[in-house]
Amino acid sequence: MKPRPFDYVRPDTVDEAVALLAEHGDEARILAGGQSLMAMMNLRLADPGMLIDIARIAELSHIRDLGDRIEVGAAVTQNRLLAWPDLAKKLPLLAAALPFVGHFQTRNKGTVCGSIAHADPSSEIPLSLATLEGEVVLRGKRGERVLKAKDFQIDMLTTAREADELIVAVRFPVHTGRGVAFREVARRHGDFAMVAVAAFIEDKDHLRLGIGGMAGTPVVQRIAVSGMQDAIEKIASELVGYEDLHASAELRRDILRNLAPVVIAEAQKCAA
Amino acid sequence: MRRVNKDQRVRISLTLNGRKMSADAEPRMLLSDFLRHSLGATGTHVGCEHGVCGCCTVQIDGTAVRSCLTLAMQAEGREVTTVESLAGPGGKLNKLQQAFQNHHALQCGFCTPGILMSFTDYLARNPKPTEEELRDVLGGHICRCTGYAGIMAALKEAAGLTNANEPTGAKS
Repeated sequence: MKPRPFDYVRPDTVDEAVALLAEHGDEARILAGGQSLMAMMNLRLADPGMLIDIARIAELSHIRDLGDRIEVGAAVTQNRLLAWPDLAKKLPLLAAALPFVGHFQTRNKGTVCGSIAHADPSSEIPLSLATLEGEVVLRGKRGERVLKAKDFQIDMLTTAREADELIVAVRFPVHTGRGVAFREVARRHGDFAMVAVAAFIEDKDHLRLGIGGMAGTPVVQRIAVSGMQDAIEKIASELVGYEDLHASAELRRDILRNLAPVVIAEAQKCAA
Repeated sequence: MRRVNKDQRVRISLTLNGRKMSADAEPRMLLSDFLRHSLGATGTHVGCEHGVCGCCTVQIDGTAVRSCLTLAMQAEGREVTTVESLAGPGGKLNKLQQAFQNHHALQCGFCTPGILMSFTDYLARNPKPTEEELRDVLGGHICRCTGYAGIMAALKEAAGLTNANEPTGAKS
C-alpha cells in the first residue's frame, strides 16, 4: 500500500530539526533510513502528520572515537558502521551482531540510531547496546541529556524519548579483546529473530547475558560462570516470552535454553 | 530547509541512469512509483511494498536500497540507477545479465531487476565473494518461481567462482 499524506521537511541542521520537533511534537516522526518507519507507513500502521528527514544532516553522520566509547551519529547507516575499519577491534559485539540486522539491502539505508529509536524487542542493535551498557544521546529545546540503554528502552516499541527530543547519537563502550558472541534463531536469515542472545565476558567468573525477543525490552543479566546452567534455566522459566505466528512462548524458552550455552561457549573461546 | 506540505505537488529532480530528470509529486510519493509512473522507468518492479521481497531494489548514489521504502523526496538531487542502465549499446547484456541468461536464472523475471541491482552494488564492493556471502545477499530477495539454484549458478559465474562454460546442473 501507499502511506497516507504527510508534510515533509528536510532540515539542514540539528537545531532546525529540534525546533520542528518542539513545534510539532507527537504529530511528527523522524525519518532517517526509514526501513521500519516507511514499511509501517505503507502498511498504515503508522500515520504521522509530518516527517522530519534527518538523513542529510552533516553533523549527524559521524562515527567518533571518544576513547572509552564510540559515538555513532543518527544518520549513520548500519552498513557504514559494519564497514568501519576499527569495528572488529573496538566493538567486536557489534561486528558479530550487525550482519544479522535485516538484509544487506536494508542495512544500506537503515540507521543504527533508527533501530534504537524503533525499539523492537527482537532487534539486534538495541540488544547489543543494552548488553554493552551503552548510552543514548537525546537533544531537545531544553538541552541535551544522556540516558543509559536500560533507562531508554521502556517496553515494546516504547522509549523514554520525549516527543520534542531527537536521538542525535548512541555511544557503545569500547570492549577491545573481550570475549563476546552473538547469535539468533529466526525462520530465515534476515527475518525478525525469535530469540537473540549476546554474551559478554566480564572476567573469569562473571559474564553478561543479553536476551532479545523474550520480553518487551532486551533482558541483560549478570551471571556467575559457575552457576551458569541454573541461571539460564531460571531466566528461561521466568521470562514470559511472546506467543506469535512464528513461535510459541514455550518454543522461545526452549530455544533460549539451547542457544545461550552455545553463545556463552563461543564468547569464552574468543576470550581465551 | 526543504519543506513540502501534504497536499502540495512540487517538482522533484534527480539523475536517473546518468540523465537529469524531473517530475511533479506529493511528499507521499514512493520512489518506486515515481520511477515507474512519473519517469516511465518501468524496469523497476513493485512487489510487497514493505521492503521484504526486494523486487524494487535500485541504487541511490551507487548503494542498493529498497525504492518502496524510500520517498521520491529522499532521492531528490541524488543519482538513481535502475536496471535500465545495465545493458550496453544495442541491448548487449553485461556480464551479470549474461550470466543470468546462461544459467536460466529467471523464469517470469519479476524479481530479476532487483537482484541485478543488489549484486551490481555488492560485487563492486566485494569482487571476490564466497558462495556463502552471495547466498546471504540473495537472502534479501524473494523469487517465487523457485529459481534460486539457477540464480546462485549465475551469481557464482558473475563473481568468477565458476567458469562461464562449465555445466552447472542447475540448467536442467
